[in-house]
Amino acid sequence: MSALWEAAHGALGLILAGDPALRGIVLLSLGVSLSAVVCATLLGLPLGAAIAVGRFPGRRAVVVLLNALMGLPPVVVGLFVYLMLSRAGPLGALGILFTPGAMVLAQTILVLPIIAALCRQAVEDAWIEYEEQLRSLGARGPGAALTLVWDIRFSLLTAILAGLGRASAEVGAVMIVGGNIDGVTRVMTTTIALETSKGDLPLALSLGIVLIGLVLALNAAAFYVKDAAQRRYG
Amino acid sequence: MTTDGRILPLHMRDACFRAGGRTIIDRISVEISAGPSSIILGANGAGKSVLMRLMHGLLVPTSGEVGWTETDPDKRRRQQAMVFQRPVLLRRSALANVTYALKVARVPRREREHLAVDALESVGLLHLAHRPARVLSGGEQQRLALARAWALHPEVLFLDEPTASLDPSATREIERVIRAFDAAGTKIVMATHNLGQARRLGDEVLFVHLGRLVERAAVDEFFSSPASPEAAAFIKGELPWT
Repeated sequence: MSALWEAAHGALGLILAGDPALRGIVLLSLGVSLSAVVCATLLGLPLGAAIAVGRFPGRRAVVVLLNALMGLPPVVVGLFVYLMLSRAGPLGALGILFTPGAMVLAQTILVLPIIAALCRQAVEDAWIEYEEQLRSLGARGPGAALTLVWDIRFSLLTAILAGLGRASAEVGAVMIVGGNIDGVTRVMTTTIALETSKGDLPLALSLGIVLIGLVLALNAAAFYVKDAAQRRYG
Repeated sequence: MTTDGRILPLHMRDACFRAGGRTIIDRISVEISAGPSSIILGANGAGKSVLMRLMHGLLVPTSGEVGWTETDPDKRRRQQAMVFQRPVLLRRSALANVTYALKVARVPRREREHLAVDALESVGLLHLAHRPARVLSGGEQQRLALARAWALHPEVLFLDEPTASLDPSATREIERVIRAFDAAGTKIVMATHNLGQARRLGDEVLFVHLGRLVERAAVDEFFSSPASPEAAAFIKGELPWT
């Protein structure tokens, strides 16, 4: 029990002192995960909406596959991206392995199915309600899908948040493609794993507290935005 | 306003619609032409809504055909509007809901606002133009749906029980707007099971029973001397609730 107290005490000290190493790690984590979520959102919302509204052969198989991909193991994604980016891989020429760019790529792949699948479900539910009206007005195809996405934009925040939760919490993918290089690719989760095994519990715990705090703050902000919007727009 | 006969008359020939092993519309042949307001009357489940959706093109008949004078589907679409029992409004302002419909109908941007304001004014909603559409009352939402149709100046307006979930004063307002459409030259085709409303708004009645068009007659004639026993029973059975 005393070890925990010690760790907690040390953690608070680090956080309150605004330790520069800690700040760097937190900022890099946020930068990587938010960039990945932005990329995955830009790709995932149109993809999810297209699958929701589109009618094409093999659609059900695509829906099942997309849902299954939500559970992609981060280490496997990391390994896949590693193979793609390694010098001998097809994207080796980019030379971005062990950089934050590679971490963004890996997390984007990890988060994309989550945002696309949840968006697909939300748009499909809305389509049931809107279909006749939109078809009556003459809206169809991509235009109709875009109208739907915009109309349920506040519900889609939940999908994006789920993606952000996934990105900020995973260790495996960023560890493999980032390499956990001090000051370059070391993020909160990889640092927690490393420092715990090294025995520096205060640093690990302080990062854990910051990580949970950030996730909580982002979720609270999104909740209030959604809540206020729903009261305003119905 | 509209000039008659751009897309009308509408011809239905032996139209059938089957779904889930049930025949919902059973060999209906009918011609709908410009002029008199047509009321599709019948009990719940008679097939009124499906019949209107076949006419409007939201459903495709299982067999038989539905044809308009205008053969270009885009032009045909732009001359029709439909107001549903429960309006589906977008999460944006009342005004933006109307301009959205104009945008989809490819009305040039600079004309949209003017037409939308005009439409809101005609249904008495101009003072709520900037209010989010989804927080309006039921009656206001339905009037907004009518404004959205009004802005398009359709040749034909389909209405599917537009007042079924509204209170009497909201119903009066909706009926006033429907009469204004009629006065402006729009052909009204309305489904209802409300006999009072059929009398107030209709010129002719198309009585539907179990998916078949049983009788078509002028309103007065239909109510004073229905030709079919089904219509007579319906009028008798329904009268106490009108």
